[in-house]
Amino acid sequence: MSTATDNYYDRKGLLATLGRDGMLQIILVANTFIMLAPIIIMVFSAFKTNMEIFQSPFSVPDFSNVGNFVKIWTDTNFLRYLFNSFVVTGTSMVLILTLGTMAAYALGRYQFWGNSFILMFFLAGLTLPLKLAIIPLFMLMRDLGILNNQLSLIFVYTAMGLPTTVFIMTGFIRTLPNELEDAARMDGASEARIMWAIMLPLVRPAMVIAAIQNVVPIWNDFFFPLVFIQNDNLKTLPQGLTTFMGEYATDYGALFSGLTLSAAPIIIIYILLSKQFISGMTAGAVK
Amino acid sequence: MTGRGLWITALIAPPLAFVGLFIVYPILAAFAYAFYDWQGLLRGDFVWFENFRTVLFVEPYASRTMNAFSHNIIVFFALMVLQNGMGFLLAYALWRELPGARFHRVAVFLPVVLSTIIVAYLWKLFLHPLFGAVNQSLRGIGLGDFAQPWLGQDSTALWALIIAQAWHMVGFPTLVFLAGMQRIPTDIVDAVRMETQSEWVKITKIVWPLVAPSTTIVFVLLFVGAFNWFELPYIMAGLDGSPYGSTDVLGLYFYRTAFGNVSAAHQDFGLGSALAVLMFLFIAVVASVITVRLRAREIQL
Repeated sequence: MSTATDNYYDRKGLLATLGRDGMLQIILVANTFIMLAPIIIMVFSAFKTNMEIFQSPFSVPDFSNVGNFVKIWTDTNFLRYLFNSFVVTGTSMVLILTLGTMAAYALGRYQFWGNSFILMFFLAGLTLPLKLAIIPLFMLMRDLGILNNQLSLIFVYTAMGLPTTVFIMTGFIRTLPNELEDAARMDGASEARIMWAIMLPLVRPAMVIAAIQNVVPIWNDFFFPLVFIQNDNLKTLPQGLTTFMGEYATDYGALFSGLTLSAAPIIIIYILLSKQFISGMTAGAVK
Repeated sequence: MTGRGLWITALIAPPLAFVGLFIVYPILAAFAYAFYDWQGLLRGDFVWFENFRTVLFVEPYASRTMNAFSHNIIVFFALMVLQNGMGFLLAYALWRELPGARFHRVAVFLPVVLSTIIVAYLWKLFLHPLFGAVNQSLRGIGLGDFAQPWLGQDSTALWALIIAQAWHMVGFPTLVFLAGMQRIPTDIVDAVRMETQSEWVKITKIVWPLVAPSTTIVFVLLFVGAFNWFELPYIMAGLDGSPYGSTDVLGLYFYRTAFGNVSAAHQDFGLGSALAVLMFLFIAVVASVITVRLRAREIQL
């Protein structure tokens, strides 16, 4: 053995004792702790009173003490906000997937004059933040008479979702083989029938990715409701959250239970479908 | 028009209308609005570059613009190290498929799916001077002297927001880098393992150059994100960038200028649009420079 190697082990540095993998494992465990601890403290605190939060912030609470949740559930518009979020997100997703599939199918399946120009048009808004166009959007919604109306949100979200959807789905649709289509065409099937009965079932995996890419930012969006929606009965969950966080400003248990209730739907879905979520949300970035 | 032409038009016209009306038109209109004088919601005279001159050179607007802009620069570089740097390290650790890697991967991405509003309130509560979990744990481990009003003093407020943001989003670059590493062919990795024992050589000479496409993407997305940062500072520090503008960023300043706020109850669409246009141009130009420069160093496998 060379002396260099001997020295390496003699020194018994941290790296030698733990090994490289040991170091990496420590980093991972520490990071997971940092990621999860705040969420766990949030859930614990939701079951506590102000006094308990102050005296024993990290203790495991008595989970039967659900007074804070009852308060948020019954005294605030929480259910209303949740319902609004479902309506806005659901409608936008249906529109995004329908319109996105239509556009991607036309662009991916047919060669026609202006094809690549139209694709460029769709991709134009891919990295530019639409937030910065909020003044013209506000004026546009006013002129269309849909300020303070959930249609304004649905329209903006649909438009925002289309570039990524068209990008992902056009790429996918182009990879599908022509044979099935040609065979059906020979049998005299109409273009609409070919799309509906033959191609759409094949496109489903790309639709799932597009759906996941869009559902999280739409469900979580706060900025557009902040500008477009004033009426409390129309607010979505992130916007409604600011309302009841204001109401309970000094009741920390209630604040934490409001956060826990708002975070619960997406955390539960994420834990159940983490694999699809992770691949779906990073798909656009990874190509 | 042939039947096929009609069919294609029917497919493409509705989605095109949505993107045209709600993305392309507003962006173009933002440029036009910046050249007019505005009285509330009413458009006044065409004033050439007057709005741009005001936000860039006329006090007090100019110093507010520069103050917010300098904070965005700090945020961008800090997140580059904290969020993307940690992301790279975590991705490298996850890539080794150590025991529990799957669990760690699910955990690191969990905050990413949460709404920024939830994350912002959560950290605002944790940073509360008395009740907050951060100061409570410092007191708990005997470091009570380090307890601070984190969001209440201008020396720490911006950094508190940056750390909350890094916590929220570190999972995203992690998984993009991880996906990039997983695309490195195993024979290259094995060959390097034979050549060198040094982890540092392996990271700098092999992994880093080969994940270049991932780097390009997370750099550009971080840049765009850092320069239109809004929700997290809005909830944690308020629309004015309190205390004393120490957390003011361009997003907040733009929103305040356009839609007004409680302390300055007037709105100016002209100045707001000028700011929006400057931000658009800055983001577009720098993002494309970054993209071109970084694409040039990518290696095709």
